[in-house]
Amino acid sequence: MSGAPVSGVSPALAGDGRVQTSDSYYGLPIINEPVWTWEIPVYFFTGGLAAGSALLAPLADRSGLGELAQAARRVGAAAALASPPLLIADLGRPERFHHMLRIVRPTSPMSVGSWVLAVFVPAQLGGALLAELDILPGLRRLAESVAAALAPVMGTYTAVLFANTSVPIWHEARTELPLIFAGGSAASAGAAALLVAPVDQTEPARRFALLGGLAELVGTQLMQRRLDELAEPYQEGEASTWSHRATGLTVAGSVLLGLGRGGRGSRRGLALAGAASMLAGAMCERWAVYRAGFASARDPKYTVKPQRERIERMNGSDSG
Amino acid sequence: MSAGFTAPSATSGYDDAQPRMGFFTDTSVCIGCKACEVACKEWNDIPATLFEFSGKSYDNTVGLGADVWRHVAFIEQRVPRIQEAALSGVFTEERPGEGGEGGLADFRWLMSSDVCKHCTTASCLDVCPTGALFKTEFATVVVQEDICNGCGYCIPACPYGVIDQRKDDGRAWKCTLCYDRLKGDLEPACAKACPTDSINFGPLEAMERMAAERLDTVMAAHVPGAQLYGDGPSGGMDGVGSLFLLLDQPEVYGLPPDPVAVTKHVGQLWRAAAVAGAALVGAAVASFAGVRR
Amino acid sequence: MAEQHPVGFQWVVEAQRRGAKVIHVDPRFTRTSAVADLHIPLRSGTDIAYLGGIINYILTNHREFREYVVAYTNAATIVSEEYVDAEDNGGIFSGFDERSGTYEVSSWQYEDMEVASASGQHEMGAGLGEQHGAHGGSLEHGQPPSEDPTLEHPRCVFQLLKRHYERYTPEMVAEVCGVPQELFLEHAEALCANSGRERTGAMAYAVGWTQHSVGVQYIRTAAIIQLLLGNIGRPGGGILALRGHASIQGSTDIPTLYNLLPGYIPMPHAEHYEGLDDYIDKNAAPTGYWGNMDAYMVSLLKAYWGEKATAENDFCFDYLPRISGDHSAYASVMDMLDGKVKGYFLPGQNPAVGSANSRMHRFALASLDWLVVRDFSLTESAAFWYDGPEIESGELDTPGIGTEVFFLPAAAHVEKDGSFTNTQRLLQWHDAAVEPKGDCRSELWFYYHLGRIIREKLATSDDERDRPLLDLTWEYPVQGRQSEPDAEAVLAEINGWKADGSPLGSYTEMQADGSTTGGVWIYCGVYADGVNQARRRRPGDEQSWVAPEWGWAWPANRRIIYNRASADPDGQPWSERKRYVWWDAEQEQWTGEDVPDFKASMPPDYVPPDGSQAEDALSGTEPFIMQADGKGWLFVPNGLKDGPLPTHYEPHESPVTNPLYKQQANPARQLAPHRHNPSNPSGGGGENPYPYVLTTYRLTEHHTAGGMSRTVPHLAELQPEFFCEVSPELAAERGLEHGGWATLISSRTAIEARVLVTDRIAPLRVAGNTVHQIGVPYHWGFRGLVTGDSGNELLGVVMDPNVHISEYKTATCDIRPGRRPRGPALARFIADLPRADDAPTEGGDS
Ligand SMILES: Nc1nc2c(c(=O)[nH]1)N[C@H]1C(S)=C(S)[C@@H](COP(=O)(O)OP(=O)(O)OC[C@H]3O[C@@H](n4cnc5c(=O)[nH]c(N)nc54)[C@H](O)[C@@H]3O)O[C@H]1N2
Ligand SMILES: Nc1nc2c(c(=O)[nH]1)N[C@H]1C(S)=C(S)[C@@H](COP(=O)(O)OP(=O)(O)OC[C@H]3O[C@@H](n4cnc5c(=O)[nH]c(N)nc54)[C@H](O)[C@@H]3O)O[C@H]1N2
Ligand code: SF4
Ligand code: SF4
Ligand code: SF4
Ligand code: SF4
Ligand code: SF4
Ligand SMILES: [Mo]
Repeated sequence: MSGAPVSGVSPALAGDGRVQTSDSYYGLPIINEPVWTWEIPVYFFTGGLAAGSALLAPLADRSGLGELAQAARRVGAAAALASPPLLIADLGRPERFHHMLRIVRPTSPMSVGSWVLAVFVPAQLGGALLAELDILPGLRRLAESVAAALAPVMGTYTAVLFANTSVPIWHEARTELPLIFAGGSAASAGAAALLVAPVDQTEPARRFALLGGLAELVGTQLMQRRLDELAEPYQEGEASTWSHRATGLTVAGSVLLGLGRGGRGSRRGLALAGAASMLAGAMCERWAVYRAGFASARDPKYTVKPQRERIERMNGSDSG
Repeated sequence: MSAGFTAPSATSGYDDAQPRMGFFTDTSVCIGCKACEVACKEWNDIPATLFEFSGKSYDNTVGLGADVWRHVAFIEQRVPRIQEAALSGVFTEERPGEGGEGGLADFRWLMSSDVCKHCTTASCLDVCPTGALFKTEFATVVVQEDICNGCGYCIPACPYGVIDQRKDDGRAWKCTLCYDRLKGDLEPACAKACPTDSINFGPLEAMERMAAERLDTVMAAHVPGAQLYGDGPSGGMDGVGSLFLLLDQPEVYGLPPDPVAVTKHVGQLWRAAAVAGAALVGAAVASFAGVRR
Repeated sequence: MAEQHPVGFQWVVEAQRRGAKVIHVDPRFTRTSAVADLHIPLRSGTDIAYLGGIINYILTNHREFREYVVAYTNAATIVSEEYVDAEDNGGIFSGFDERSGTYEVSSWQYEDMEVASASGQHEMGAGLGEQHGAHGGSLEHGQPPSEDPTLEHPRCVFQLLKRHYERYTPEMVAEVCGVPQELFLEHAEALCANSGRERTGAMAYAVGWTQHSVGVQYIRTAAIIQLLLGNIGRPGGGILALRGHASIQGSTDIPTLYNLLPGYIPMPHAEHYEGLDDYIDKNAAPTGYWGNMDAYMVSLLKAYWGEKATAENDFCFDYLPRISGDHSAYASVMDMLDGKVKGYFLPGQNPAVGSANSRMHRFALASLDWLVVRDFSLTESAAFWYDGPEIESGELDTPGIGTEVFFLPAAAHVEKDGSFTNTQRLLQWHDAAVEPKGDCRSELWFYYHLGRIIREKLATSDDERDRPLLDLTWEYPVQGRQSEPDAEAVLAEINGWKADGSPLGSYTEMQADGSTTGGVWIYCGVYADGVNQARRRRPGDEQSWVAPEWGWAWPANRRIIYNRASADPDGQPWSERKRYVWWDAEQEQWTGEDVPDFKASMPPDYVPPDGSQAEDALSGTEPFIMQADGKGWLFVPNGLKDGPLPTHYEPHESPVTNPLYKQQANPARQLAPHRHNPSNPSGGGGENPYPYVLTTYRLTEHHTAGGMSRTVPHLAELQPEFFCEVSPELAAERGLEHGGWATLISSRTAIEARVLVTDRIAPLRVAGNTVHQIGVPYHWGFRGLVTGDSGNELLGVVMDPNVHISEYKTATCDIRPGRRPRGPALARFIADLPRADDAPTEGGDS
């Protein structure tokens, strides 16, 4: 249209979404935000907790730490018990939760997870129940070893689930997320057991929690380094607050647990505080990752920029 | 890179009697009449939802979603944007016989009707835990509404932001490429309604040929920014069922410039998980080191 | 066209694919501009200056198609010396009467020709001028006007044309229309380059051209261009009137217009006729096809009153209702306000939104005794009495409104059989897909049964005034549970019968002696051989490219009228590329792709013997068979109320003072003075309290007053809110915020709209200053799924004098940020608005 002004935009109108930019359609997202609600990150936490506990229990048992084992069993059972309802509550059509078991699909972490959960939860609960009733020890051990065998998957598949989406901040962190979630699993399980079990048996739980916390912190650092610009949501905005809380709590927890070694008396207090802090940290970490996904999906630049750079690189290599 | 994981979507599982069907949407002749949007909603009985002035030119449905399976984008452009667009096109010379800066028209109004890409490697399908999403004999990707349990996984999985959840209904919805009509040898409602043949439908090979020919024509006419969009077999989606002729970069239309199916990395992912899982076990065992009674 | 005729536009895209150049002239950059090869923005209301500029370009550069112009137009005809052109008289032609604001046209006549009676509208006396035939002027046969084939005579039409458009230069076009010269010249040159022997060019228009106080003259200007370039009667040429409602063409042919009988036969006036013969005498043109008007008229009367219509009783001519003046829609509205009209029938119209000054319209409806609305839903026009803005503002209150409103649910087109007539005069039959729900009924059902019941009630009456009703032929077969009359039976009646009851094949078979019937002479042949020709659907690839077997076109299934002009005077195609119909010397026949426009056996060299009548009085080289002289009229000696040559006047309301003439607006335009219908002051540029040009239009997403789109979710969501389009410059000037609210103000009222800031409506340089235009789609109202103020609240009623169409397309307004006053505050606000000291001085009066 000849006569159309080139410098037509008055300051009043700048940035009103009217004028087209080169990198988006009115700044609207390219991919869709997830529709998952709070139940999912909470389940990620309980699932991880259950997984870690499923490892602690039999090991404690074999090491003759009967009460630690019992504590881990109880924590694990509680976490396992809470998990399925959370998953189902999040479904758009909860009455169809069983459709999850129509097929097995390795490219769908949710499919894999559903099957694992379907075996893990009964095993975990069964083991715990037999232990409470103190009957059929053989069957109990079988159940516990089944749960333990599945634990590594339980503790990490949720990371795969997030990473196996087009949400840049999840997908591009695919090598680190499992480590972080596994760490959270250990940290929370150890911390929980430490809170419940009698002091003289908690040393392994403390170590487990510390190692977990360490993995979380290291993993998070590695992830943010790899994500580079994409990590922005972890540095600013709502998700970053949770991310900072997570790190803070985990660091504090680790320090306190470190001090709370062998914990009697005041030390015992430090250890308990540390454990609580660890648990909270693990939960915050899940929440931070969850929220960061939304921020990352919402802003088209996170989707476009890496893809543009990829194209540039390829064009470069072509002409090269 | 999919490391032993063949994407369920990649193989339709039908004997190849039926050729793969697809779209070629030629945005250079789109008049923004939205007949496609309305025809789609009428045929598929999709509820109207938004009743709000968006201020985004003539676009008030704003984007593809559970209740918008065909969406017409409206983009008003001036120089210098048009010049940038020209540089992004398959050729960059000036358009002769036009007023305005650098021989380019100094204003233009782009319209484009977007739709599900019916990807070869369809992330939505690959992550669907219920099998609600499936590949039809036409190699199109369709949700079975009686199976979908609204787990929501397909939604962030789609690299194009196509499929979405209908809030009051809980299930995921998207273009079916008029599976019911195709079974009855009818062309899709949107293509049928399109007055200017901006939307073309047919066997994918034919669409690919048509797209190539059309690109030559608009190049000859020196239309700035002309470029084909639609991932090829070697691309991140291993090919798509919806091709487009665009007059600017994909992202200007709200399309990802170089999407990759999430499925491509799922092997990598499981391996990372395995390592982390092993570490978890290791940590547990290590925690009991030297603990004995 | 892409906006309002998207389906038809596919053929424009097709033509473009084949190399056609598409040029779009519109104040705004629309969806059409988006795909056009060239968009030319101009100031709304200035097309006559623009097109006049093209005429000037053609003449000064000798680009006219000489042979065509000399042979087929009245270019050579010499005009009376009493004629004074507007150029020499400050913009007013000879014969203007200040007092009545009307023209007396005798001075526009051809030289030494008695002013013969001119088909339906020669006497410009108030009432009779309202009679409206489609036919132009007429000649005493055997008296061809004096001509100068060299086109040199100072008073020949060609020279008059030259002088009249001398000042319409590219500079002037830029000055008046705000169109940069290079753009204008590119258009003018493209048009000329694509005309002549080898090529043709077409023009398509709709209400962007008609809805002006000079609307008819817009089309006249286009006609002059197309005649000069030889683009009429030839394939790929023409002026395409893109029509409105699906069969609006049909409702002009078989008119819903008060001043026409079917087939453009003028509606008789109350006082002026002794009887049928007198009426025929005064209205028929002795030469040309209107020479057979007696046959068409008698056949029509026979269709109405059957055997009751006899030669003895003038075929019941006196049963016909008569008109006594202007009974057009707006005139009736003014009469409602004056309490002269008591009852009103709205079968498919929503004036409370759709009519200019809809606010005044609602006051008018509120002063009726009764109102009948037949529609799909309770439209604004059916609900104004309890839901209207005037109730909110307290200017009207429901108990105070005496109008008794009857709402009758209507059936939609998919629920009934019938035909659509499109812009190409093509009738296409459609069959009902579903039966109407509930009490919804078709128009056919409604009027048939209404007539039946009235006739039953009157059956015993011996009152003379009931005869016309009781004598009507009113037998139609009914079918189905709802006793729906058979639409094809009506089509057969429209087509007509011979005495023996067999269907007529063509209007040429119609007789004036009462031996034939026929409801609409131009539709005669649609039921030839007892077959519904409009139902034909032979695919294009199974027949010639003209596709004569798809539907049926009036007249005589002719796809291009005046097609004699597609061949040269000797009957040979102007060019092989553009051959259409031609004279086959061996066969002694006209042959070709289409049905010729005249007797197929008439040789090109036929010269009418003295005393010959009707079509026989036209020579073999006169293509325009409906004109008395068989020629295309560059200059109109008769038949127009506002001048023989189109002249640029400013719209009734304009911020610009007419740069071409002392006369600001069309002196003969029709005004409707009323306290509810004030005018904005015109001219004066920046001083004007309403400094911006306002134009109204449609969106693809909605339909007219919204009754069929604001009520449909899938359409309503596409354009959910009323908005106005403004340029970034105007937004900056007035502090309007994109996406925010604006209040638009005229002397009628204030409305509010969301603001869409867009480069699609760029400011223009006019007469040295910047002119801002504001665009407003008019689809919204106070009911339906999505509601909003109607653009028509802003507009005043001012009309084209020929057809009473109102100036919807151009007015003036002011605009401010923010929302409008509501309730009583609005009424107070309106009272204080500046108005022109009413009834503008320059002429005009309704
Ligand atoms: N989708 C849709 N289609 C429709 C209708 C509808 O409501 N919706 N209505 C139907 C009906 S009833 C009709 S009559 C037709 C009308 O069809 P159109 O005439 O195409 O409809 P409008 O949009 O009113 O006017 C056309 C254009 O005229 C421009 N214009 C304004 N002033 C001027 C001027 O002075 N000169 C020129 N050259 N252009 C000017 C406006 O900017 C507008 O873009 O559409 C029919 N088709
Ligand atoms: N500002 C402004 N005003 C304008 C115009 C403009 O360009 N600008 N354009 C003018 C033009 S061109 C026109 S045509 C008018 C249109 O103005 P209107 O004719 O008053 O408005 P419509 O909404 O077309 O009204 C038609 C009604 O008929 C109903 N209807 C549809 N089919 C049937 C049927 O079969 N039977 C019956 N009984 N009813 C039916 C529909 O529901 C609708 O309510 O608007 C005019 N007003
Ligand atoms: S575009 Fe998205 S929704 Fe469509 S098939 Fe591809 S991944 Fe699935
Ligand atoms: S929401 Fe439905 S379609 Fe999408 S992944 Fe879950 S089950 Fe499959
Ligand atoms: S193919 Fe069918 S479902 Fe898909 S967009 Fe077109 S009309 Fe809608
Ligand atoms: S129907 Fe065709 S022309 Fe109309 S908006 Fe859709 S794609 Fe464009
Ligand atoms: S509504 Fe009817 S007339 Fe209008 S464009 Fe569509 S098909 Fe043509
Ligand atoms: Mo119309």
